[in-house]
Amino acid sequence: MVTDKMVDYPQFLNLMNKEWLVNHKVSEDKKLELRLGPPGEALDYNRNTTHGTKRAFQHTAETRTGEKEWPVDTTKNQCQKISCIEKIGDKVNLPPTPWSSGSTIYSAFSKDTKEEPQHSKASFFQNLPVSKKLAGMAEDFKQPCSPRMAVGEVQFADGKACCSLATADPDASTNITSNKRIEYSPVVGWPPIRSFRKNIASNSLSKPASESSNDKDTGGKPENPKTQLFVKINMEGIPIGRKVNLSAYNSYEELSLAIDDLFSGLLAAQRDPSATQNESKAKESAKAEAGPLAGSGEYTLIYEDDEGDRILVGDVPWNMFVSTAKRLHVLKSSELSTLQICSNEKEKAPFDPAVHI
Amino acid sequence: MSEDDERQQSPPSDLEFVSNKARNCNATGSGSGHPEFQSTYPDQVLENVLENVLHFLTSRRDRNAASLVCKSWYRVEALTRSELFIGNCYAVSPGRATARFTRVKALHLKGKPRFADFNLMPPDWGAHFNPWALAMAKAYPWLEKVHLKRMSVTDDDLATLAELFLGFKELVLVCCDGFGTSGLAIFVSKCRQLKVLDLIESEVSDDETDWISCFPEGESNLESLIFDCVECHINFEALDRLVARSPSLKKLKLNRYVSIGQLYRLMVRAPQLTHLGTGSFSPSDIAGQGDQEPDYVAAFAACRSLVCLSGFREIIPDYLPAIYPVCANLTSLNFSYANITAEQLKPIISKCHKLQTFWVLDSICDEGLQAVAATCKDLRELRVFPVDPREDNDGPVSEVGLQAISEGCRKLQSILYFCQRMTNAAVIAMSKNCPDLVVFRLCIMGRHRPDPVTSEPMDDGFGAIVMNCKKLTRLAVSGLLTDKAFDYIGRHGKLVRTLSVAFAGDSDMALKYVLEGCPQLQKLEIRDSPFGDAALRSGLHHYYNMRFLWMSSCRLTRHGCQEIARAMPRLVVEVIRSADEEEMDDVVGTLYMYRSLEGPRTDAPKFVTIL
Repeated sequence: MVTDKMVDYPQFLNLMNKEWLVNHKVSEDKKLELRLGPPGEALDYNRNTTHGTKRAFQHTAETRTGEKEWPVDTTKNQCQKISCIEKIGDKVNLPPTPWSSGSTIYSAFSKDTKEEPQHSKASFFQNLPVSKKLAGMAEDFKQPCSPRMAVGEVQFADGKACCSLATADPDASTNITSNKRIEYSPVVGWPPIRSFRKNIASNSLSKPASESSNDKDTGGKPENPKTQLFVKINMEGIPIGRKVNLSAYNSYEELSLAIDDLFSGLLAAQRDPSATQNESKAKESAKAEAGPLAGSGEYTLIYEDDEGDRILVGDVPWNMFVSTAKRLHVLKSSELSTLQICSNEKEKAPFDPAVHI
Repeated sequence: MSEDDERQQSPPSDLEFVSNKARNCNATGSGSGHPEFQSTYPDQVLENVLENVLHFLTSRRDRNAASLVCKSWYRVEALTRSELFIGNCYAVSPGRATARFTRVKALHLKGKPRFADFNLMPPDWGAHFNPWALAMAKAYPWLEKVHLKRMSVTDDDLATLAELFLGFKELVLVCCDGFGTSGLAIFVSKCRQLKVLDLIESEVSDDETDWISCFPEGESNLESLIFDCVECHINFEALDRLVARSPSLKKLKLNRYVSIGQLYRLMVRAPQLTHLGTGSFSPSDIAGQGDQEPDYVAAFAACRSLVCLSGFREIIPDYLPAIYPVCANLTSLNFSYANITAEQLKPIISKCHKLQTFWVLDSICDEGLQAVAATCKDLRELRVFPVDPREDNDGPVSEVGLQAISEGCRKLQSILYFCQRMTNAAVIAMSKNCPDLVVFRLCIMGRHRPDPVTSEPMDDGFGAIVMNCKKLTRLAVSGLLTDKAFDYIGRHGKLVRTLSVAFAGDSDMALKYVLEGCPQLQKLEIRDSPFGDAALRSGLHHYYNMRFLWMSSCRLTRHGCQEIARAMPRLVVEVIRSADEEEMDDVVGTLYMYRSLEGPRTDAPKFVTIL
């Protein structure tokens, strides 16, 4: 299913590492069958989750046999995340211990540079029979699918972290360890914030702007109670992302133009490296890009909401968009159809993006 | 049974000197043919004196010490203890408590462990107030005050309190659940002497009962009404009338369903307030607010006694300047629900010279914290909460903010700081600049994250804290930590009573260091750390001195925990299962163990196994 279609879309294969796809030879133990819920699933302590096992397995880079039972990841997020984790996994040999799977990516990384032993973790693993080991993993990592956490997951999208790994810095090791993200599936009760403190960001934004009365002594009231809402925006193919202040705009058109400005320079630089050395040339090429960028429909704007779902920009009223958008992506329109494959459970509307860049 | 705690109790209000003396004289005078009548008389006098002296003894710890001197002192101390504190409701049964202490006027009870707040414990685990309510009703009909933390309280319990205790005056519920507005309605309607109703961070179900209207008519004795956590609409007109007939009202904390216009009306009614929770601090949704906005500045200016300000639940920052008049007097300011920027904070904080307690969101960024450090030289407690509590590389506050605070607020005693990145250098700086630190809780939200500058673990930072902050009693650690950090804690954290550990340590040695090194350790909560049975065994000498130990998602096995349970009969060892675990699994998901005089509790739910 997933595997077959992957083959047909090589670009997507770049995102989805084969190793990850075929890894999960746990079918022998039904108990450990990996079950993934949709990202919006709220974590209930009593819910039977084995997300932890899934996570553990993401890091095992062992066999390459086709895995037909791999339950389809209903969230693209997971795919993206895993792709990047796998890339790190390439660098590090990870024994699939509960501790390693949780902490290994990160600690293994730093430990690689410092050579700290991992034997303590491994020994625990060896002492337990397989099913218990995996059960141990399961309980180690109870996965809430709380929306907020799922979003946090997806920070590893597209190329950002992967590219930071790929960048050949002289002091790459320190850079990497300091810049790298620890991509874990969200964990129950972490960070330790009580639930009534959790929705502050959305609460403060949900106040409709129209409520502002006209007679403040301070004069005009900002349209949005929160005057700064910076969200990350990544453009496909550009390793370095930008941040854009959503509250500075009042409509999709303004945002679209702003994003245009943000990336046109970078795009131009990428296509023609020499252009960056000459300022005027860069401006020219930027201008040349601006037209095609804005009107061409070559790019599509996607956002991630607070449940981690990827949604085409333009469907909801502007204010609602601002209050729920956590992150933006600029994707090549041609790639959209391949993305639909990954998110099999989620039915996207027929491809008709509301906003083109 | 009576636990240590750093808080002092209030002195008893009356001495009962005369009646005691009379009672004792009667006892001796009735002369039941006591052959040693003459020789016991001095003892009786001594006991009399002791009783009267002990009335003045308020500290729990002092009282516990006094009760150990001899039987006579034990007896007298028990007679004179008017405020009973029980740190773990399962450590002792209501019957035993009421049998020993017969003249209790105030009960302070704590139930679930703290990690239950973060969904690490299934609901319906226990900590029911009901058996206590019933026992108190029989033993202490004169009970005036109940303070509960993390207990399950039902509407019936509230009714019990109101109906069976005629002089009931104070109810404080912190992090409690199990009741709703209908329970509140019954409670306030029957409790005629009520002075204090404080609902703090509790879950109150919305039974759509207008409980505010249920306060009895006529002048009210209300001194404190705190309901900012109650997530239901309230009848504002009824509240307005209530405030109007409560001349003693000093503390009022409104929930977010009270608009700023309504706040204004209440403030005008009650300028004597000392503690105010402002509700939403934004206009209501109802259109037609009127052309004239009330003079909020004047309302705040009229509250000359205001020292504690909180609320701002849905703040519109434009209204912030209204609070300028009170800033100079504020000792406590809680902005932890106000998503404001550094620029919005600065004009406020620059006026708050007397501020001692400040809770805020990290939306103010390091820059905001620098502003705090520049002005609030008297700051004792700082809490910085995250607007967006998820693991990320970037965050608005970092080591820069912590460093600034450490340099500006030298008198700092308590800090809770959520951030995405932190350096050892900043933590070390704080350890040196703020020697008075009693509580140091640092939460680096990215798990296992090292110092971003040096790539080292955070061992040295926390090590410096325990070494340099000699008064430290509470510590919460985070970031990448090896066993070395725990070695430091064991060596230097001699006063540490509460320790929170998450995603830290390399091996059993870490836990061993702590259990063997920290003699004052009472509350230890650990999650997702690689500590196993061997580590657990190393604390056998100490567990009877502790209130509890919590270990979840560690490497404990059932037989390891069973060993402990067998070795220590007065310890209740609970293994809490999640839904996908079988009863006989050897791996232990969550261990919660505590000393108890009662043995295994009888109200344990199915997912709890007591070994």
